[in-house]
Amino acid sequence: MKHELTRFNARRMAALIRKESVQIMRDPSTLLIAFVLPILLLFIFGFGISLDANTIRVGLVVQDSGPQAASLANAYRNSPYLEVVEAPAVAPIKARVVADDLRAMIVIPPDFSRAMDRGRPVPVQVATDGSQPNTANFAAAYAEGIYGSWAEQQGIAPPGAQASLNTRFWYNPELKSRFFLVPGSIAIVMTMIGTLLTALVVAREWERGTLEAMMATPIGMGEFIASKLIPYFLLGIGSMALCTVLGIIVFGVPLRGSVFALLAISSAFLLPALGLGLFISAATKNQFVAAQMALLSGFLPSFLLSGFIFEISSMPAPIQAVTYIVPARYLIPSLQTVFVTGDVWGLFLPNIGMMLLFGAIFFLLAFRATKRSLD
Amino acid sequence: MARIWAMTVKEFWALVRDPKARMALFMPPLIQLFVFSFAATLEVRNVDIGLLDMSHGSYSTEFTTQLAGSPNFREIKRLQSPAELERAIEQQEVIAAIVIEQDFDRRMAAGQKAEIGVVLDGRRSNASQIVSSYIMRIAAGIGASASSTPPETVRVTNLFNPNLEYVWFNLPSLIAMIGAVSGLALASMTVAREREVGSFDQLMVSPLQVHEILIGKMLPPLGISIINGFAYLLAAVFIFGVPFEGSLFLFFLSLVLYNLALIGVGMFVSALSHTQQQAFLGSFLATVPIVMLSGFSSPVENMPEWLQVLNHANPAQYFLPVCQGLFLKAMPAADVFDWMWPVALIAVVTLTTSAWLFRARME
Repeated sequence: MKHELTRFNARRMAALIRKESVQIMRDPSTLLIAFVLPILLLFIFGFGISLDANTIRVGLVVQDSGPQAASLANAYRNSPYLEVVEAPAVAPIKARVVADDLRAMIVIPPDFSRAMDRGRPVPVQVATDGSQPNTANFAAAYAEGIYGSWAEQQGIAPPGAQASLNTRFWYNPELKSRFFLVPGSIAIVMTMIGTLLTALVVAREWERGTLEAMMATPIGMGEFIASKLIPYFLLGIGSMALCTVLGIIVFGVPLRGSVFALLAISSAFLLPALGLGLFISAATKNQFVAAQMALLSGFLPSFLLSGFIFEISSMPAPIQAVTYIVPARYLIPSLQTVFVTGDVWGLFLPNIGMMLLFGAIFFLLAFRATKRSLD
Repeated sequence: MARIWAMTVKEFWALVRDPKARMALFMPPLIQLFVFSFAATLEVRNVDIGLLDMSHGSYSTEFTTQLAGSPNFREIKRLQSPAELERAIEQQEVIAAIVIEQDFDRRMAAGQKAEIGVVLDGRRSNASQIVSSYIMRIAAGIGASASSTPPETVRVTNLFNPNLEYVWFNLPSLIAMIGAVSGLALASMTVAREREVGSFDQLMVSPLQVHEILIGKMLPPLGISIINGFAYLLAAVFIFGVPFEGSLFLFFLSLVLYNLALIGVGMFVSALSHTQQQAFLGSFLATVPIVMLSGFSSPVENMPEWLQVLNHANPAQYFLPVCQGLFLKAMPAADVFDWMWPVALIAVVTLTTSAWLFRARME
């Protein structure tokens, strides 16, 4: 079997790559994933997903007719952070919270103004919709913040804390979430091309038996794998470039590092992605199963366990341990850095090393799975 | 009727015949459920932060102790110089670095305003903001123990989920999300597979009518998705301890409608594709916006107007609030109906369109 791996002929190789490229160009679904998916993802991330603060719809019930209550109610009504719906009683507002129409309700209690006059304020009641914890936190923070600035204007604010923070966000002072969403979507697109597309294409050849037919020809296994690899590798780099250009032009994400570093990082990631795709196809030999496995072991980990959206340090220890075998975990920090920080080789090199290591492991597995099923 | 039944039985066996495929029907959704529910949290815990303390007084020490005691931070790394701070942030050794200037303790002792500098990693802007709010809360408390506590001005309670448990939000939402990922793939593959091997044409020339074929193709994936949906429900309640306050019957009805809509979208993709690969990639392309724009990752009302209009065709954005509502809020039937009728409409439109496409292709 040894000579099979090392057998190599440049003409044969070129012919195989040409065949593979023609197949890619002919199938519209490949181009869909390589060029439509990146655009779709960038637009969804750019417009649809916003993890930043936004207007929240809340209900307001004013149970007190005094002047302070009216003034505070106005403060809530005029806040740009809230969209206020009013009702005279709590019940109809609460029903709209149940119906998922309002995210919180604010109740100014009956003796609010009188208590304020006596200098012993009664608390304003804020009830958030706990079924969406993130929004609930925002709603509570807004309600408290608006009260605080209102109280300050009225001259009844308690003395503020002595120590205050002077925060600076490096690399992304305006805190645009696009700055991490664009590098993240590049990771997802490269995973889709490397793992899902490769797994599907090769599984189809297994399913139809064309792969066995190929193996009966003088083609060596190394040549076969390289012929699958090179076109999809180029496709992956191509859609990475498309994402980058769109990210810079349409979404204003900077590329502060060098193009060379970006290429090195992306290439290093495509190796484990492609290796995993080849391994899945050889192990399953069935398009449906291969697709499910590719989603499960490629797409989902890249999305969930890479630190792209969810912080790895917040996950339970066993899941954190799993993230170490997810190649995208090493890609995401490098990509984010090359875009918004610059060339930090001290961070890139260990990550590139890990990705190459996983690439080698997955290729070894793919070789073994292919060999076993042919013997 | 007998023909539809025969078709359904045949389809069901086609789905579960292969042991690997059988695994692929039930295992991935369950694995997704577990990984998602533990991993998908926007909370930030166990992060490392850096500290450059140039004051070394009693107030700065109090602040440091409180930081170290916070469950949100794992390690407080002592930094010696601004250069070291820069490197620690750049290499992502810490997500934030705190700078306490030399005059901090003197100002605090004199009762003057004092500033604490915080440098945060803007690459992870979301997590950084959360970390900065943790630090702010701790900073606000320094020296406060001396004075009396101020009176309560705003009392916050959280309805339906008093402790804001993230998993109570995740699990109900995942029924809608994972259902979309697996249901759509399943439906799009059933027709595409036969089309690729050519047996679909044989079906079309059999005495079966187009609607009989489609119903026969629909029922097995529907059944599997409903089994998966109820498996999630059981896992959510008994493994993760999420309360289910609503009506099981309403949950079942909504689940059926939701899956019919997904199957409709899957069939539609399938009707447009020639090969399994096209069907799969097409359905994946449909899944991405369905999941991302469902309101799970960020609220629908935050999206721009034009996107909200397009999103009316997204069945997941209606089913998601119903799932959350039935679990936590005991959502009444009238509200469930208000949310679910567009889903029924989507199901009717997509299913009739795909039936029409199949028939058109035949003639």
